[in-house]
Amino acid sequence: MDISEFYETFFEEAEELLGDMERHLLELDVDEPDSEQLNAIFRAAHSIKGGAGTFGFDVLQHTTHLLENLLDHTRHGELVLRRDIVDTFLEAKDMLHDQLDAYRQGDEPDPEAFERICQTLKQLALDEMGKKVGHDAPGAAPAAKAEPERNPQPESESSGASDGSAEGRLNIALLGIADKDRELLVEELANFGEIIERRGDSSRYEVLLETSTSVDDIEMVMCFIVEPEQLEIVAAGAPAAGVSEAEPTSGSAKSEEESEKGGQQQGEVTAKPPEKTPEQPAKAESGKPAAKAQDKAKAKAKAASGGESSIRVPVNKVDQIINLVGELIITQSMLDQTVSEMDATQAGSLVNGMSLLQRNARDLQEAVMSIRMVPMDYVFSRFPRLVRDLAAKLDKNVELVTEGESTELDKSLTERIIDPLTHLVRNSLDHGIESPDKREAAGKSRTGRLTLSAQHQGGNILIEVKDDGAGLNREKLLAKAEANGVPTAENMSDDDVWQLIFAPGFSTADQVSDVSGRGVGMDVVKRNIQAMGGHVEIQSRQGQGTTTRIVLPLTLAILDGMSIKVGKEMFILPLGTVLESLQPRKEDIYAMAGDDVVMKVRDEYLPVVAVHQALDVSEAETEPTDCIAVIVQGEGRRYALLVDDLIGQQQVVVKNLETNYRKVPGVSAATILGDGSVALILDVTDLHRLSRTKREAQSARRQTTPAKEVEV
Amino acid sequence: MTDLNAASAAATEAHSREFLVFSLGDEEYAIDILKVQEIRGYENVTRIANAPDFIKGVTNLRGVIVPIVDLRIKFHLENVEYGGQTVVIVVNVGERIVGIVVDGVSDVMTLTPEQIKPAPEFGVSLSSDYLSGLGSLEDRMLVLVDIDKLLTSEEMALVDTIDA
Repeated sequence: MDISEFYETFFEEAEELLGDMERHLLELDVDEPDSEQLNAIFRAAHSIKGGAGTFGFDVLQHTTHLLENLLDHTRHGELVLRRDIVDTFLEAKDMLHDQLDAYRQGDEPDPEAFERICQTLKQLALDEMGKKVGHDAPGAAPAAKAEPERNPQPESESSGASDGSAEGRLNIALLGIADKDRELLVEELANFGEIIERRGDSSRYEVLLETSTSVDDIEMVMCFIVEPEQLEIVAAGAPAAGVSEAEPTSGSAKSEEESEKGGQQQGEVTAKPPEKTPEQPAKAESGKPAAKAQDKAKAKAKAASGGESSIRVPVNKVDQIINLVGELIITQSMLDQTVSEMDATQAGSLVNGMSLLQRNARDLQEAVMSIRMVPMDYVFSRFPRLVRDLAAKLDKNVELVTEGESTELDKSLTERIIDPLTHLVRNSLDHGIESPDKREAAGKSRTGRLTLSAQHQGGNILIEVKDDGAGLNREKLLAKAEANGVPTAENMSDDDVWQLIFAPGFSTADQVSDVSGRGVGMDVVKRNIQAMGGHVEIQSRQGQGTTTRIVLPLTLAILDGMSIKVGKEMFILPLGTVLESLQPRKEDIYAMAGDDVVMKVRDEYLPVVAVHQALDVSEAETEPTDCIAVIVQGEGRRYALLVDDLIGQQQVVVKNLETNYRKVPGVSAATILGDGSVALILDVTDLHRLSRTKREAQSARRQTTPAKEVEV
Repeated sequence: MTDLNAASAAATEAHSREFLVFSLGDEEYAIDILKVQEIRGYENVTRIANAPDFIKGVTNLRGVIVPIVDLRIKFHLENVEYGGQTVVIVVNVGERIVGIVVDGVSDVMTLTPEQIKPAPEFGVSLSSDYLSGLGSLEDRMLVLVDIDKLLTSEEMALVDTIDA
């Protein structure tokens, strides 16, 4: 079997684990670390180490090993966390990520970087643990080295300080172990602490070990080598040990029931009490809280990761299913149409069957679409780190709040929204939120607040990036716009002024920093979001902050459409762009100079786009008053589209035209209608552009309604 | 693409190849049969506005949107009609699927390397750039079309140009 087949799985898993690790590290409260979180971090490192070892990624294994050691001390409370230690851990995590990438590319990781991080970690271990050792417990001596080669299973963490860090003597009996193996085992045991006494023969060999490691952990490690039956571990007569280990049991009322759950190893230990130990009962029970903690940890790990109940599937497989289901839906509607033309009395069961099929097909489609949906957490989870690092770089205090992480969004969109969001977050940190001193002077708290939120709004998702910083500066924006040659007016509304920052090459930063300010940003953000079928708005109040709202469709694969008819051709308008439709009256249509036609809709003059003209449809209504005007909105502007007829509203599966053909002006994509024919989905803004260029070209032979007085 | 062509050219030297023969007006053309995905009737084509006249539009090929090119119009043939006999050859060009409208499909021919002659500079309604040779078969002459080159060429306007 070729082990390299599993590389990809390992890489993906390791990446996720690193992500988890980072998240936990960032969430970690340095002063009062949550032991669950410490354990989660440790588990992640441990799992990566295991995998790296299996696949022979030595550098990765070694680095994780060092990190794991430190983490292990941390979770046992032997290493007191400080912010800079967390930073070092984060740095190590980044390094692991780099190493992982290198392996993924088939390279060896950068040896210098590896040296450096090893040095850093070792130094940290030496500094921190050395101090510790010097201070209190000479017995816990083998600080960095104390870590066993084969580490305990991830779940084996011992609950806090109860018996985990308790100093004590353990009497470990090895039953029926051959001499040569015994030496190895004893060596292994020596890793846990100091061996005080050893005696016996191959049938029963006893080792008296002074150690800070819990019975549980030792058992776990030893179980890699020997059968559980071959091992007996009991707390030895040292009084200190007896007290500390018996303590946790006194509180445990459910000890009996617990001991049943307590797992095989514990049962084993109780079952074979060696005559030598006076403290036997205490020892037997000492296993229980640990076992309990173990169960708890397992349950938590399960709940947290959900990993056991999910499968990893390549996205293209899912897409394929989605495509096929789309086909199924189309076939079903085709059949439906045929059946509806049949005599219902004769084909009664067929009609019934069809309606059942229709329902099932829709359910199937919905279920399949939901596979692609991922929670926004996928996107938001990368921001804590970014904010933390940036805030440190900019000397600002920023608190990141995320809301609505569980809001689901199409996977392809989540990937594409990351860049624009990153940009907005950087902007907020750099330009929005002020330095602590400035904030204080403005009567705000020194710590700025950046909120990322997501929520569903109809068929859309609304994502907000909100800061409580200085807000946009109207004068500065206007001045900058003028300097850049962007047309401005003194009496522009605030909203219009805010829109200016989406103009290309616009940056209001006084100085270009490496964070932002190069002016290649907001226009790209806007373009990217529009390319996803969404739009972006800015709200800002001087001194109170800025909110950027991104509205995106939930998925790109399905679109709510309005089907319209022009001549004999059917087109689809994205329903999201349609505001209303009305019958134009002759007196509302005005021909403007320069061939433009506008239509007055409730005191607003909208450019008229005659679809038949833009798309050269023959046999269409040409007289505006015989058409239906559909008022649509695109890129913040409104237009009146002249169409022959409105057919209805339907969900359509979006098909890319560019797969086999090319971009078509005025058209964003295509879809397949119930009768199997193709209909084009119109792009409102592009259509307007197209009709303008066409009208200019055709102006000579243009015939419009008699020109009216222009009242604009 | 060039690799593929080179490879198939190399293969030609040793083996004879199969061609699908179709007619456009009075002339007989042939394309490498390995490029052909299927042959179907002409139906249900949705017009695309502002496209060259030889691009008839797009159609639904089992869920895939496929452009349809009428080679008869492209080659300026007269009597372009669409009826029950009009045939669309669906070809795979690179990673694209394109349907081409022809007057009819006659048969599949095997040509040995000796039967394939270099293309002349004249005599057909398309540039010799898009020809891979002439196949002579007793009294028949087949124009061998390099369908890859033809359909991806700029003048066919099927593929976006770089700036688009």
